[in-house]
Amino acid sequence: MRTTPLELVCPAGTPAALRSAVKAGAHTVYCGFADETNARNFPGLNFSRQDMEQAVAFAHQHGAKVLVAINTFPRAGDEALWHRAVADAETAGADAVILADLGLLAHAADHHPDLRRHLSVQAAAANPDVINFYAEEFGVKRVVLPRVLSVPEIAAINREIDVETEVFVFGGLCVMAEGRCSLSSYATGLSPNMQGVCSPASHVKYEHVGRELVSKLGAYTIDKVGANEPAPYPTLCKGCFSAGARTGPVFEDPTSLNAAQLIPQLAKIGVTALKIEGRQRSRAYVAAVVRSFRQAVKATAAGLPIAADTLARLSEGQANTVGAYKKTWR
Amino acid sequence: MKLTLGPLMFHWKPDVWQAFYRHIAEQAPVDRVVLGELVCSKRLPFYEALIPDAIDRLQAAGIEVVLASLALPTLKRERKTMAGLGETGLPVEVNDLTMLRHLAAGQAFTVGPLVNTYNRGTVAWLATQGATGICLPPELPLSSVSILAGCAAAHGAGCEVWAYGRLPLAMSGRCYHARLAGRAKDSCQFICEDDPDGLAVDTLDGQKFLAINGVQTLSESWANLVGDLDAVRDAGVTALRLSPHTGDMALVAQIFRRAADGELSASDALAALSAAEPDRRYSNGFMFGTVGADWSHPAEPENTARIH
Repeated sequence: MRTTPLELVCPAGTPAALRSAVKAGAHTVYCGFADETNARNFPGLNFSRQDMEQAVAFAHQHGAKVLVAINTFPRAGDEALWHRAVADAETAGADAVILADLGLLAHAADHHPDLRRHLSVQAAAANPDVINFYAEEFGVKRVVLPRVLSVPEIAAINREIDVETEVFVFGGLCVMAEGRCSLSSYATGLSPNMQGVCSPASHVKYEHVGRELVSKLGAYTIDKVGANEPAPYPTLCKGCFSAGARTGPVFEDPTSLNAAQLIPQLAKIGVTALKIEGRQRSRAYVAAVVRSFRQAVKATAAGLPIAADTLARLSEGQANTVGAYKKTWR
Repeated sequence: MKLTLGPLMFHWKPDVWQAFYRHIAEQAPVDRVVLGELVCSKRLPFYEALIPDAIDRLQAAGIEVVLASLALPTLKRERKTMAGLGETGLPVEVNDLTMLRHLAAGQAFTVGPLVNTYNRGTVAWLATQGATGICLPPELPLSSVSILAGCAAAHGAGCEVWAYGRLPLAMSGRCYHARLAGRAKDSCQFICEDDPDGLAVDTLDGQKFLAINGVQTLSESWANLVGDLDAVRDAGVTALRLSPHTGDMALVAQIFRRAADGELSASDALAALSAAEPDRRYSNGFMFGTVGADWSHPAEPENTARIH
């Protein structure tokens, strides 16, 4: 039976959000540099080199860890930008870097052997063979699992690997295998793998057409609502389309992930860390989510039930889903 | 310039599958065929027994056969399938790094376009492991292709790009064909069989956009680089990937062959392809445009030259 509580890994898009998350009870915070080396490369977000050093110092003073996400795929010819990010994360005192690219993993293992390496969800490592490959080749100590796996599948993976697993429990939900999706660049030219953005705001337009409000991404209509309804953000895979005789959300309903109720099961099957998505979210949101999950993790460690409505009101849209964790997709 | 026929991404009936590869062996001027299942392991039992005969016929025609491996293996059964590929002695295309764990010592392998090969460090690492060729991810721009082709050459590996066929844009744990039919993946009843080129996904305005193929999402447009072969060759690319679709793929390969050999001009080759498969919309935007769906050539080729 587990003796250490689950580690809560929380997002920080800004230094202020990092301080809020730490004060709200985050065991660990993950963040990135303000450039295309991380997969949340949004305007106004992320950390300068100086921010990062101060953030790590603050977190360490409060007993929390900092993970630096350098999880896009370096652009051919500009690999040095990504190499510098790894070196600067080490200099800043980061507890680990979160990497996805083979070449960058090899570089980090060669040049920064003492810097702990986690495998990003962007690597979409979805079975024990490939996780063991990353562990043996590049000394990866923890893998963030893709959101395509069910709880029994995660349990089976944990039985066959020696590295730690981290799973998403709350926030936005990619239905595609992360790091294997170029839908965004097909429509906008900008992709998660290359530029660290998906369905970027720079390509979003809202247009009133008759009695409808149309959400567009690039040249494509992603959704339509009544003129007085709140316009949905046109995230490509959450849009409404026509396929065959059907019209609607072909890929995913507009739900967000909330696996709070599964925390006891995740603890039981040997998951090390729970990850909350949302580096683009406000510090108030992050603090509220972290506080609720810290309660849930504490309750689990004490063998107590988790409040049924944990975080429902913080979710985007109306509905919550446990995603692939329950085997309804299979 | 070599031509590779990529793995069939769709679920075709076994007799159609068999006839397709017989036709390729007899008529298609391709150098290499990647054979087997990439997208969904549930499809493999339908045609598995036909693979040895297809290998024999393709090899007898002087075509190199490379076995496909799965793009997103998660199940034990799928890992066993990959271990089995490691025992065949034939070259294997790695489409998920899982396959690297199952290669036999000295087994030749290439790297498929769903592996994230975006930079020189990754090319160098893969080539050092023994990759003899790398098909780059379709979303890369020409500037990256050019750098990576040079890097691959320096390591003695070939560099291939996605030259024809609907673009593989995403993989999911969820089956969209099954979801549309109100079924779960395990009880899909192989409804994807109804759409041998994938099922078009249009916007609410009726604009052509994407296509679904089981757990895979594709572009609605057919990528087509036949009009850009000079630029592709100048970038150092050594092979073109043609992805199987309905229609006459051997004719598509013949047009690419003649264009690559300089026997057909870019505009004649485009016109010939449009004449052969008139209803397809093309794109070349990942390599030559601003967005992936862009097409840099005239929508309707002026010249209606046909291939003889």
